[in-house]
Parts: sequence; C-alpha cells; structure tokens
Amino acid sequence: MWQYIFRRVLYAIPVLIGVNIITFALFFMLNSPDNIAHMQLGSKHVTKAEIDNWKKTHGYDLPLFFNSEQHSFTQTIFWQKSIRLFVFDFGVSDGGRDIGEAISDRYLPSLSIAVPALIVGLFVNIVTAMVMAFFRGGYIDHWGVILCVISMSISTLFYIIAGQYFVARVLKWVPVSGYVDGFYSLKFIALPVLVSVVAGIGAGTRWYRALFLEEISKDYVRTARSKGLSEPQVLFGHVLPNALVPILTGVVVIIPLLFMGSLLLESFFAIPGLGSFTIDAIQNQDFSIVRAMVFLGTILYIVGLILTDISYVIVDPRVRFN
Amino acid sequence: MVLLWTDVLLFLLLVLLAIAIYGILKKPYLRERLQDSCSSPIRVASVLVLTTFVVIGVLDSIHFRQDNKVLSVLDLVLLPTSAQMESTYSAPFATELFVEHMEKVDAENIVWVTEKLIHVDPLPVLYLIGLGLIVGSILGFLLLLIAKRYFHNINTAATVSTYTIAITLVTLKILMLHYHVLGTDKVGVDVLYASFKSIRTGLVIGTVTTLVTLPFAILFGTLAGYMRGWVDDVIQYVYTTLSSIPGVLLIAAAVLTLDAVISRHDNFFSLMAQRSDMRTLILCVILGLTSWTVLCRILRAETLKLREQDFVLVSKIMGANTLQIIWRHIIPNLAHIIIITIALDFSALVLAEAVLSYVGVGVDPSTYSWGNMINSARMELGREPVIWWSLVGAFSLMFMMVLSANIFADAVRDALDPRAVSHVAN
Repeated sequence: MWQYIFRRVLYAIPVLIGVNIITFALFFMLNSPDNIAHMQLGSKHVTKAEIDNWKKTHGYDLPLFFNSEQHSFTQTIFWQKSIRLFVFDFGVSDGGRDIGEAISDRYLPSLSIAVPALIVGLFVNIVTAMVMAFFRGGYIDHWGVILCVISMSISTLFYIIAGQYFVARVLKWVPVSGYVDGFYSLKFIALPVLVSVVAGIGAGTRWYRALFLEEISKDYVRTARSKGLSEPQVLFGHVLPNALVPILTGVVVIIPLLFMGSLLLESFFAIPGLGSFTIDAIQNQDFSIVRAMVFLGTILYIVGLILTDISYVIVDPRVRFN
Repeated sequence: MVLLWTDVLLFLLLVLLAIAIYGILKKPYLRERLQDSCSSPIRVASVLVLTTFVVIGVLDSIHFRQDNKVLSVLDLVLLPTSAQMESTYSAPFATELFVEHMEKVDAENIVWVTEKLIHVDPLPVLYLIGLGLIVGSILGFLLLLIAKRYFHNINTAATVSTYTIAITLVTLKILMLHYHVLGTDKVGVDVLYASFKSIRTGLVIGTVTTLVTLPFAILFGTLAGYMRGWVDDVIQYVYTTLSSIPGVLLIAAAVLTLDAVISRHDNFFSLMAQRSDMRTLILCVILGLTSWTVLCRILRAETLKLREQDFVLVSKIMGANTLQIIWRHIIPNLAHIIIITIALDFSALVLAEAVLSYVGVGVDPSTYSWGNMINSARMELGREPVIWWSLVGAFSLMFMMVLSANIFADAVRDALDPRAVSHVAN
C-alpha cells in the first residue's frame, strides 16, 4: 500500500509542474509585469520611474527565464515567483503582506464554516434521499424530485441574500455578518452553515436518490427481499452501506479543498477565511495572491484525488492496488 | 445593422440547433422517444417557456445603429421604456421617485420633496390587466392557429401554456407602457427592462461557452480514446493538469490577465457595445477552455468502449483510416452524450454567470446581466425601507430560465440516454 501511495504522489509531480507553467504563462507571459504595475498603481498617468520603482520593490524587475547579467537561473521571475511555490514560499502580495502568514491566519475560520456545512449537508441529503427512495414511485418521491429540481434552479446568491435578510435582519436570530474566535463564533457560523446546507439540498438529494435507486435495482437486493427481509431492513442493512461507497469517495475529493473555504459564503458573511481572502484578491486584482491560491488549490485537489484512490481501495474490496 | 461577435455565434448555434432537431425528427424512433419524454404537462410548459426566452434573446441579438447608439429589436419592442430613464430608484408601480430630495424654499427653510416620475402615465392597473387579458388571449389564439398547421398533436398543456405566456407577455408590455412594473434601479433604468435584456447575456453564456468546449472535447476525447498510446498519455496529462486547478480560480486568473490585456488595447474598439461584447465573448472562451475537460473525459471513456466494437473492426479491415473511423463511426455514437451534456451544462452556466459577476470576473459592468443586477442591488438591502425589486426581477427571470432548462435537459436525457429508462422503471 505504501508503494501505491508513493507512486500516486510521484504521478502528481508532473501535474504540479504543468499547473506551475500554466499559471506562469497566464500571469507573466500573456500579461507583462508592466501591466500589473499599471493596474496596481491605478491612474493612467504614472511615470516610467514610478512603474520601475514598483517593479523593483515587488521583485518584478528581473528577466523572465535567464538572468544574463548575473549568469544565473535563480535571479529570474520564473525562479523567484514560480519555482519557489514548490517549497510553499508564497512571497508577498502585491499589496505588500506576507501571503504564507495570511494563509495560516485564515484557514481556521474557513474550516469552521466548511466542515460543519459538509457534515450537516451530507447527513441531511442522505436522510432525505433515503426517505424518497423508501417511498419511491409514490407522492413523496414524485414531489420530492420536483422540489429538488426547483431548488437546484435557484441561484446560490438567492439563498445567501434571502437567508441573510430574513434570518439575520428581519428575525434578528443571529448577527448579519462577522466572526470571532472561540466558542462564541457559533452564532456567526450558524447562518452560513444553514444557507450552505439549504443551497446544496436539491442537487445532493437528487444525486443520492439516483445512487440509491441504482443499488435497489441490483440482484443482491432481490435476494435480500426473497430471504424475507422487511423493506427497512433491506434499505438500511444492504442498500445504504453499498450506496455509501460512491457517496463517501465522492466526498473525499473535496475534503482537502475545504481549507480553501467558500468564496461566496465568506464574502457575504464577512468571515476572515481563505475564501474571502481570495475574493478580495480578485477584486483588488492582486496577482500574487491569486497565483498563490491557484497553486495551493491545485495541491489540495491533487491530495484529494490521491485520498480518493486510497479510500476506494479501503472501502471497496473489488478494487486492488495496481 | 451592427453585427457583434456574440450575435454571429448565437445565430450560428441556432442554425446548428435547427440541424440537430431536424436530424432527430428525421429518425422515427428518436422522434417517438422525444415526443414520449416531452409529453408530460410540466415538460411541455418548460419547452414553451424556454422557446420564449430564446425568441426574446434572438430579438435582442439583432442589432442596429441609431444616433451613435447600438440598439436591438427588443429595444424597439419595449420602446418607451428602453429610451427613457428616471433619475434614480422608484418603487414598482410608483408615481414618484423613491428618495426624497432637499429643496430650499428660502434661506431658512428646507422642504423634502419627491419628484414625479417622467415615464409614468397612471391609468388604473386593473383596467390595463383586463386589456392585457383580452389582447393576450387573441395573440395566443392566433399563435395556436398557426401552430396547428405544423404540429398535429397540440395537447391541453401546450394550449394552456401558450395562452399563459402570451397573456403574461402582452400584459407586461401594456403595463410597461404606463408604469415601471418592477420600479427602477439606482441609475433610473426600468428593472423589468433590464431583466429582459439580461436574457440574451444568459443565453450567450450558456450556449457560446458550449460551442467553445465542443471542438476540444470531441477532438481530444475521441483521439485519446481511439489512438491510445502516447497520444492518450499527452491528452490525459493536459486535461488532468487543467482540471486540477480549482475552476473559479482558473477562470478568475484568466479573466484578470485578459482584462489587463484588453485595457491596454482599448482603442481597438470603435463602439462601447463592441468592447463589452468582446468581454462577454472572452468570458465564454475562458469558461469553455476551463470546462472542456469534463466532457473530454467522458468521451474518452466512451470511445475506449466503442473502439472494441465489431463495426469499427470491420471498417478498419475495409481500409478506413483513423479520422474516417472517428468521423463516421465514433462521433455519431457519441452524439447522445454530447447533446445531453450541452443541455445539462446550460443551466449550470447561466447560474455561474451570476456568481462570476459577483466575484468580479463576470461580464462587463455595462452589459445587462442578472449577475450585475444582483451585484449592484445587494448593496441596497442594508437600507431602510429595503429596495428589493431589482433582486426580484433578476432572480425570478433567472429562476424561470434555469428551471425550464433543467426540466428540458431531463426530457432530453430521458429521450436520448439508453440507460435512463431503467432508472425510471424502478
């Protein structure tokens, strides 16, 4: 098994190099450091000296690939800004702050929203999907599917705006937005988690229902019924454990990505997490932060993929290491 | 006439769609399945609603130039509303502006006054709705009369939906002549008019993106699956790398970069509309370039299965080369997957546009879009009394379009996916 994991990690290296090259091409070849300086300095009437100064203080004055003055590959933008990402040296943002520090400050608030939202959402979706699968073909199932399609068709923005308006402003159950550390963060977390669960319920339930129905049509379920098991026994004893395999492996992919937080929720509820960090960076056109987040997100996604493969081997005995 | 890039692509897509529908209707077994799966009342209604949206979008894509402004046929249809603007917010069916403003009577006294709206002619609303009912029914009747010449099986659901749509549209039009049905926004634009204008943006994002996706996904997917070997390795490497980057971040990175490039070449566009249109197009291209990997993966897996089929072997023995086999035998057998994916992606893309506009990497701020409407309206939720009508306009039209697209996509999947039947049967 360790050999298998080692091999999977080795496969990830060329992908990371590819991502590094793509982001480098996007940020420095299509878009010159001069452009970045122009966007940061804002006004159209900046002098050449100001731009040069800005580039120098932010390390953008180096040549792209090869520094012919110093005969080195390390004193280049490619090395300083792109290769350094591999050792998690994210450098400083265009605004001047240390990105690595900001990330370590901000991942906990992100997790405090993302983890409860994932767990509660998963639980709610599985329960509703089980209920619909139990009453399949009946009124509850029929109207359940229709409600799922309707809820899938509503924009996430609507759930957030409506939730914030009615729960926080009209009913005043929780504060509108904000965050504190520690236990009292609960009142700030409750609404974003609720909104996230409600927004995901349509798509999630519909998908899980399809998974359950697929399992129900299999032969072993017929065998279980012909043994004389009752319908709840069949569903909870046989269908649920088997249907959980695709559900859980589907969840494993996104677990590492929870660190990145949710762009929309964090921004609307003013949670100081990585999601709002990213969205602020995008809106301020801070290229350094966006580049760092792209790389971080990719690493987390690849970790998720590796974990998925491992979890498949663990939960599904038919899959072997190879 | 002014031809914007997205107009051209939208019309091209309509032609392709017409060809696809013709191709499906020509095959009796497919026609029967499509009719079966579209026969339930909800699906009939959703097809008709979607058609209405497409018609509005097409009307809004025929552009021409007038007094240095680019207008569309939809602007002509909604004429008094589209040309006139109030100065700022006004509530639905209001006769005065929403905000009072100060007016000095003399040196000491200040009075708060509300300004009358320019573009309101307050006739009784019920009278207007009654008029709309009558005219709308006549229009619906005429439409059905024409439709009966071409379709033989118009059921109750189709009749009821046609009347409902016709009456709704006509009533709204009549009301818009006299009121701001959903009020006006911050800069005084009629909210309902803006919501209608946003339909085209939604359509363009939902369809042109797919047009960008298809060549990459089909070409690379079939080549990887059919050729195997190093071609497969390279293509797999490319799409694994691209799909490893979280979608929103890649889109944001690409949009930010290209924005910087466009802003350096501002003088390239002679018209404001061309510039914002180019921004929409670039957004579609970026969305397409970042999302072809999903379809490509599916097509590759399916091609792997198809290449082992006997008919491929036979045609190889007969001397067909790789491209011929892919064109003649592989792609036709993948068509249903491609069509289903297009249908399913459409609604996701329309929803994504709103989110991207909120993040700040969506369409140009000067383009009418639901995302832009929501983005500018959510700031006003904090004030008392609340200004809710922009949100209602954007969300309700977006909801209608996405819902009908979702239902339609399900119908298409049931009709074309051979495996879908077994699910329903249980």
